[in-house]
Amino acid sequence: MSAETTPAVSDVSLYDVDNPAPLIEAPRKRTKKTPKSTRTNFELYGWLFMRLSGIVLVVLVLGHLLIQLVLDGGVSKVGFAFVAGRWASPFWQAWDLIMLWLAMLHGANGLRTVINDYAERDNTRFWLKMLLYTATVFTVLLGTLVIFTFDPNIR
Amino acid sequence: MPAGTLYRGREGMWSWVAHRVTGVLIFFFLFVHVLDTALVRVSPEAYDDVVATYKTPIVACLEYGLVAAILFHALNGLRVIAVDFWSKGPRYQKQMLWTVVGIWVVLMAGAIYPVLGHAARELFGS
Repeated sequence: MSAETTPAVSDVSLYDVDNPAPLIEAPRKRTKKTPKSTRTNFELYGWLFMRLSGIVLVVLVLGHLLIQLVLDGGVSKVGFAFVAGRWASPFWQAWDLIMLWLAMLHGANGLRTVINDYAERDNTRFWLKMLLYTATVFTVLLGTLVIFTFDPNIR
Repeated sequence: MPAGTLYRGREGMWSWVAHRVTGVLIFFFLFVHVLDTALVRVSPEAYDDVVATYKTPIVACLEYGLVAAILFHALNGLRVIAVDFWSKGPRYQKQMLWTVVGIWVVLMAGAIYPVLGHAARELFGS
């Protein structure tokens, strides 16, 4: 390799002939081991989902924080009666349901990325993701059930 | 900088680190939050008991931290979208980060009284 092809490091002697710049393989580079039949656009849709759900969540979550923690006495007024009052309206039921689903899927996909980045052993990665998916399905179903079966006259 | 690292420091890397850390924290809170809200299906007393702990001064400070994490994640998320979809986004990523930090500081200052006010009244009297 001639000096002309590496102008960025020509003025500092970090690397020389015996110590060339380390080669880092590009992420998700197609190799011989890459299966051809199972390649989908899943990661593209995941990437797009993070951005689209993120925009919606900015409105839903910041609105939620404003109502629960700032307006009308802040957290002091929150209680069973307050929840019953809000969930009497289909509008707030829908708000909370959409927020629950989008936030859980957005968070689960984010944590999936974090696990993929830092858990290097195949087994560790697999089981951490199974734990994540189990907890996510459980939480989404529980939250959905609570919103749909809420009974203000439970007493 | 050690040879062979992909980490480049400065605004780009540290905003990415902060986005990850706040995202993971918010996700763990979300699990707990769905569980505590599920107590409305148990009994009004069970729910009100748990929510009562949310009104203590210590948890009020945690709530302020939660607001801090959510606001940063939300504002920086909009910046990430701008970097990805706006043609000039990558060129202005640093300016956009400092804009995010500026808006975040203003909103966090505005959140002090609504989020921490009741805790201050409890601790120091009203």
